[in-house]
Amino acid sequence: MADEIVLLSTWPSMFGMRVRVALAEKGLKYEYREEDLWNKSPLLLMMNPVHKKIPVLIHNGKPISESMIIVEYIDEVWNHKSPLLPTDPYQRAQARFWADYVDKKLYDIGKKIIWSTKGEEQETGKKEFIECLKLLEGELGDNPYFGGENFGFVDVSLVTFSGWFHTYESYGNLSIETECPKLVAWTKRCLEKESVSSSLADPHKIHDFASEVRKRLGIE
Amino acid sequence: MAEEEVKLFGTWASPFSRRIEVALKLKGVQYEYIEENLTNKSPALLNYNPVHKQIPVLVHNGKPVAESFVIMEYVDETWKHNPILPTDPYEKAMARFWAKYIDDKLWPAAKKVVMTKGEEQKGVIDEIQQQMKNLEGELKEKKFFGGESLGFLDIAANIIIWLVVAQEALGMDPILNEEKLPVLHGWLQRLLDDAVFKECVPPKQRHLDFSKVKFGSSIASK
Repeated sequence: MADEIVLLSTWPSMFGMRVRVALAEKGLKYEYREEDLWNKSPLLLMMNPVHKKIPVLIHNGKPISESMIIVEYIDEVWNHKSPLLPTDPYQRAQARFWADYVDKKLYDIGKKIIWSTKGEEQETGKKEFIECLKLLEGELGDNPYFGGENFGFVDVSLVTFSGWFHTYESYGNLSIETECPKLVAWTKRCLEKESVSSSLADPHKIHDFASEVRKRLGIE
Repeated sequence: MAEEEVKLFGTWASPFSRRIEVALKLKGVQYEYIEENLTNKSPALLNYNPVHKQIPVLVHNGKPVAESFVIMEYVDETWKHNPILPTDPYEKAMARFWAKYIDDKLWPAAKKVVMTKGEEQKGVIDEIQQQMKNLEGELKEKKFFGGESLGFLDIAANIIIWLVVAQEALGMDPILNEEKLPVLHGWLQRLLDDAVFKECVPPKQRHLDFSKVKFGSSIASK
């Protein structure tokens, strides 16, 4: 029996994009359903009653929420190709640590740059954001990917933020390429992969989207 | 074969390092425990966890692992007997989901409830009650979240004890009472009775005294 896979997400979400990348890496066919977060579908509310958030993966009717938990699930179920986590427990721990770092830091700090109305908060956000990216750049080192020779778990967790770099740069008046050239080179390398380029939304469209939301929130 | 060297950096009052103690003891792993003073962190800790500078940190044959859930998964994968995570990928995803829920939602609410008063506190109490009801939905009729024996999610849910003790220290009506949350209440009693788990909680009186000092001067105490 064929697997039935449904992904509930929104096109600009860097979290939803992570799941798309993972599904593409595994060569999986799935039904994509675009959610309207101002008017959530009954299906979303039923499948993620606790958080009512996207992304949600529904595999043969059973829902999984939280993007990196979904990615790990995908990696474990479809372990026939493109492993995202290494096999060695210590390397796996390092990968989980850094994916957790991206989750704990980047999104919330990035919010200060795009959605903040206070200049001081935005300045702090900019500084912290660049510090985070520099730390991640240091972790990448001279490897082609965070996963070493191969695209892996940490790459998935971070690469989807790259679609938002133009937006962070625009509202933050900063240049990520100047600050973190190796990291930007890494994003370009990742975008050469079909699984990444087909899953990431266009940076200019994301910027337009952010602009719309800022207008809606009354901060633009 | 080289001798295994396992060190755990923690603090006696931290639920996060206590989680690792449970995991290691369930696996029968011998380890050296190092008590950290968080107001004066050791050079070793800062060296092993330069990113967050926090406990717990597990150091296995000189290699450090940080973040309690990351460490727990590492322990489970390194010492494979007495598994703490389920083998089924869906069950594993559920355990991870609820563990994250506990740290992202329940723990911040628990910290908040002892630092607020009046209407604001009441709001947080309602929030925690709902969160605990959600956890009951996951536990259902099982003995532990892990089934017959305690597992990843039971260990993650240890922070509930910290909330219970803090509320007791402040003379607050306990949110986790038998009447309102019978399923979770029953689970907690079983958890505290478990031979391994009960070695990994702070001594009660010391914990109460600590909570009184930490939260007692806040506006929430009666």
